[in-house]
Amino acid sequence: MAATKEQETGTNSEVGTPGGQEGGGVFPPFDSSTFASQLLWLAITFGLFYYLMSKVVLPRISDILEVRSDRIAQDIEEANRLKQESDEAIAAYEQELAEAKSKAHAIATEASDKAKAEAENYRQKVEAELSAKLATAEDKIAEIKQAALSEVGSIAEDTAAVMVNELLGGKVSKADVTAAVKQAGRS
Amino acid sequence: MATDPIQQFQIIKLLPLEVAGFDVSFTNSALFMVATVALSSAFLIFSTSGRGLIPGRAQSVSEIAYEFIAGLLRQSAGSEGMKFFPLVFSLFVFILIANLFGMFPYFFTITSHIIITVALAMLVIGTVIIYGFWRNGLGFLKLFVPGGVSPILAAVIVPIEVLSFISRPLSLSVRLFANMLAGHIILKVFAGFVVALSGMGFVGIFASVLPLAFTVALTALEFLVAFLQAYVFAVLTCMYLNDAIHPSH
Repeated sequence: MAATKEQETGTNSEVGTPGGQEGGGVFPPFDSSTFASQLLWLAITFGLFYYLMSKVVLPRISDILEVRSDRIAQDIEEANRLKQESDEAIAAYEQELAEAKSKAHAIATEASDKAKAEAENYRQKVEAELSAKLATAEDKIAEIKQAALSEVGSIAEDTAAVMVNELLGGKVSKADVTAAVKQAGRS
Repeated sequence: MATDPIQQFQIIKLLPLEVAGFDVSFTNSALFMVATVALSSAFLIFSTSGRGLIPGRAQSVSEIAYEFIAGLLRQSAGSEGMKFFPLVFSLFVFILIANLFGMFPYFFTITSHIIITVALAMLVIGTVIIYGFWRNGLGFLKLFVPGGVSPILAAVIVPIEVLSFISRPLSLSVRLFANMLAGHIILKVFAGFVVALSGMGFVGIFASVLPLAFTVALTALEFLVAFLQAYVFAVLTCMYLNDAIHPSH
């Protein structure tokens, strides 16, 4: 090994190695003289890194993720609760609406019945009044008719007297005409 | 010297140190390990410090990384595997950030040194073996004996299974190391061609367009590889941990 090391130092001398280190001619990754130092510093640095990761960083990230997933679960639960509440509110509202509707319907029916009854009463009253007035009017008509009929005789007498006098030349007395008219009206 | 593709892997002592005869100097490699850990820790800590119920951009990135690795581990090793979550997460982030740091010019790629990848692979396999025996006792050895196999066939299969188990840390470490090493060497070589060709006059400048295009494409590819290797390391870690938890096939 020592021989090859020397040989390599020889072949690499033209390239040169900085600092003139011990075993500098060996391919650096296989230079065992640096192994102790590398191992020690790896142990120190990686050990510290492992300690920091396991004691500080990873518990912290795991906490963060846990808190977040808890929070999400909590929010979902809250949302579900609110949804249920709103569903209940909707159901209550609909029930009240249905109640109000049926109540309104009942009130409307009652009101319309009442109105109908009132209208009926009024109609009957008006009809009674009207029939009373009709009866009065008929009586009056009958009276007038009677009066008119009684006057018809005298009109006829006058008319007949005038016509007879015109036709016959005034030789018929009034009493004769009246008797003749009464006779004709009787027949 | 600038075009030497190996030079970028050179370990440079920044602060010479020696403890009990071992050279444990603070090197450029150590510097980038510190930078990797400092950057990723600082990002993960500060991005989550607000603990926002609604995450901002930075916090989202941290959460996505968390959920990505958590999903990966839970899928392959079940909920029992979640006790290894800090390990898998640390490995993934450490390798990913180290690889990405290596993409900066003049930066050192710590995962391009085999000792680092071997150490990380041994950490995984060590965890698998120790936890496997601790949890299952000798039942962990059922890992090497597929259920419902005749004794004669088992005599053939058991050595194969043992061999495949032994090759795991090897493949885990070499895969990451070789990918990072080869990628950076190729990148450096093609970038070197651009410089070399453009120094050769008029024709050379035209010819250098080709390696330049390659360098651009390779850079994109290397970013993909940087992520992919961290991901593959994490996936395989999850699968091996699953073996430790559920040894019977």
